[in-house]
Amino acid sequence: MDESLPEQGPLRILIADDSDSDRLILARLVERQGHQVVCARDGMEAVECFREHSPHIVLLDVMMPRLNGMEAARQIKVMAGERLAPIIFLTSISDAQTLARCLESGGDDFLSKPYNRVILEAKINAFNRMRLMHRTMSHQRDLIRDRNRLLLSEQRVAKRVFDNVAHTGCLDAPNLRYHASPLSIFNGDVLFACPIPAGGMHILIGDFTGHGLPAAIGAMPVAEIFYGMASKGFGCEDVLKEINQKLKRILPTGMFCCALFIQADFHLNQLRVWNGGLPDGYLVRHNGERIKLPSNHLPLGVLGSERFAVEVDVICTEPGDALLVATDGILEAENADGEMFGEDRLQDAMAGCTGGDDLFDSVMAAVSQFTGDQGVQDDLTVFALEMVDEQVLADIPSGLPQSPLSGATEWQCVYELTDRTLGQFNPLPLLLQICLEVPGLRRRSGEIYTLLSELYSNALEHGILQLPSEWKISPEGFGQYYAEREKRMSETVGHSIRFTLRHTSQEQGGRLEILCEDSGKGFDYRPCLAETCSDNKYSGRGLMLLRQISSSLSFNDKGNQVGVVYDWKFT
Amino acid sequence: MNDKPHLDHEALAELKEVMEDEFDVLITTYLADSQDRIATLRASLENQDAEALTKAAHSFKGSSVNIGAPQLGELCLLTEKVGHSAQLDDAAVLLDRIEREYDTVRTLFEKLLNA
Repeated sequence: MDESLPEQGPLRILIADDSDSDRLILARLVERQGHQVVCARDGMEAVECFREHSPHIVLLDVMMPRLNGMEAARQIKVMAGERLAPIIFLTSISDAQTLARCLESGGDDFLSKPYNRVILEAKINAFNRMRLMHRTMSHQRDLIRDRNRLLLSEQRVAKRVFDNVAHTGCLDAPNLRYHASPLSIFNGDVLFACPIPAGGMHILIGDFTGHGLPAAIGAMPVAEIFYGMASKGFGCEDVLKEINQKLKRILPTGMFCCALFIQADFHLNQLRVWNGGLPDGYLVRHNGERIKLPSNHLPLGVLGSERFAVEVDVICTEPGDALLVATDGILEAENADGEMFGEDRLQDAMAGCTGGDDLFDSVMAAVSQFTGDQGVQDDLTVFALEMVDEQVLADIPSGLPQSPLSGATEWQCVYELTDRTLGQFNPLPLLLQICLEVPGLRRRSGEIYTLLSELYSNALEHGILQLPSEWKISPEGFGQYYAEREKRMSETVGHSIRFTLRHTSQEQGGRLEILCEDSGKGFDYRPCLAETCSDNKYSGRGLMLLRQISSSLSFNDKGNQVGVVYDWKFT
Repeated sequence: MNDKPHLDHEALAELKEVMEDEFDVLITTYLADSQDRIATLRASLENQDAEALTKAAHSFKGSSVNIGAPQLGELCLLTEKVGHSAQLDDAAVLLDRIEREYDTVRTLFEKLLNA
């Protein structure tokens, strides 16, 4: 019964007829058409012959002794199983009911007596074509079934690998809510979140064009870059640039990643948002006001680095403000009538919501009520974030694995930035990375980042650019401060900032000494240190923070050298 | 009542071409089978077995038509119909006619084979 493709040569044809002369004639007719003939004299013999020779086509007399043609046809069809073994009844019957019964018993056609060789040949050829087509279809169906099974098992394995690389980071943080299909990666959706050393977190919601493995493969480097850079202290602009460049290089033309990037700062109560190609995000203020965050960039992986724009929208927020972002699966979610959820229904769902939980629950409820029995489609990713007091988020685990390599514990280095590089390059991730190589220090990345960034911005903004920190007290002055910073930066020449870092091991921990020198005129640090009761978040907080974190803070007289000693213990 | 010819010469010519050397064997086989069938018809009538009579007539009809003996085929068809109606009164007359027609056909076939 087992046939393998392809098939050539003559057909094997079973002829069953109890009339010797009729059988002789038919056998000869069929042989002359080039086929092999197997003969049977009654129904029982026909069934036996079919079992033994598995003929391709069966010519069966209706009335035969022992077992009639119809019963033989039934048994033959059962034996043939999935294989198509066409049965042509030989008959001189013309009453419709008997002919119909022949077909019901499994017959496919009739050949009437006297035999006409032209018609006989045409029928054999026609049924052979049908038989081959059926066999091809069965074969292809089996092939598709096998391939599909293989594909699904490959996807399961790929999903496990992907989940390890593109883990969910800190998505379990108490102020975040999200919905993502378990296999969303094969729909091209990604959602990552990572705490950053400066405090706060980076979040990336992405939607790759295309589906299946290509999308998943493209998502892997995005995850690697995102988690790697976010945890090292790179700002959202740098992470975006890096991801864009990587995708531009590895993805084929026409494939890219629509994405929305959020840098949430819970200390300054500030959101930095970049939207490239994703549907509008929404900031819902705790007073109900809604602010659209439309896409004003091309998706990641489209433009080369030189044309890629990373200008972010900076939004000042207050605790209780919430952000909602979704992939286009939300607008395209369909109900039973094929209608789409759409922008208006999304707006309605958000109306009157306050806070991240309310916003998320309300939108999800609206979508699932809309789609009804259809169920929410696979390609829907929804994310909500609520601005909270930074204390709520102290020590959120990053979910990042530790490197198995242990770095140096006793070392010293000097790193100096000069001239125009001062305005163009952020040295903090690099300096942070050097420090975090010390075994055990990675857990302190937040504090070390704070030390480095405060020393650096103090040296640059006050030491070299001579910007007065009082400006930062009012919101208007804050804007003026940054405008002036840009202006003075472009005019500054011949300056430098030098970091001297030194680490020594101590019992159950170590000591990190940081000396930061700038080429500025120096400044009077004493008033800044005296303002101990200042509760303003923008000005003067730097030196206060330094003093809180470190075990010693010292200045030279001129005020252009600041030294910090940071003692730490294994926890 | 029966205007069909004893032998269909056109059909026979085609059969001869198809069967080649085996044409003689075919005719001999047919003639021998037919004698068995006539015996079966007679026995069925004697037993008043309408179903057996119908089946035998049906088979005989098929092979006669195939071999190119249309008048004999037509007589078998009439017998089959009588069998179906289960009124076997007319069957005896038909069987006599079948036997006579068979003799005619056999004589003609034998002439053909010896020619």
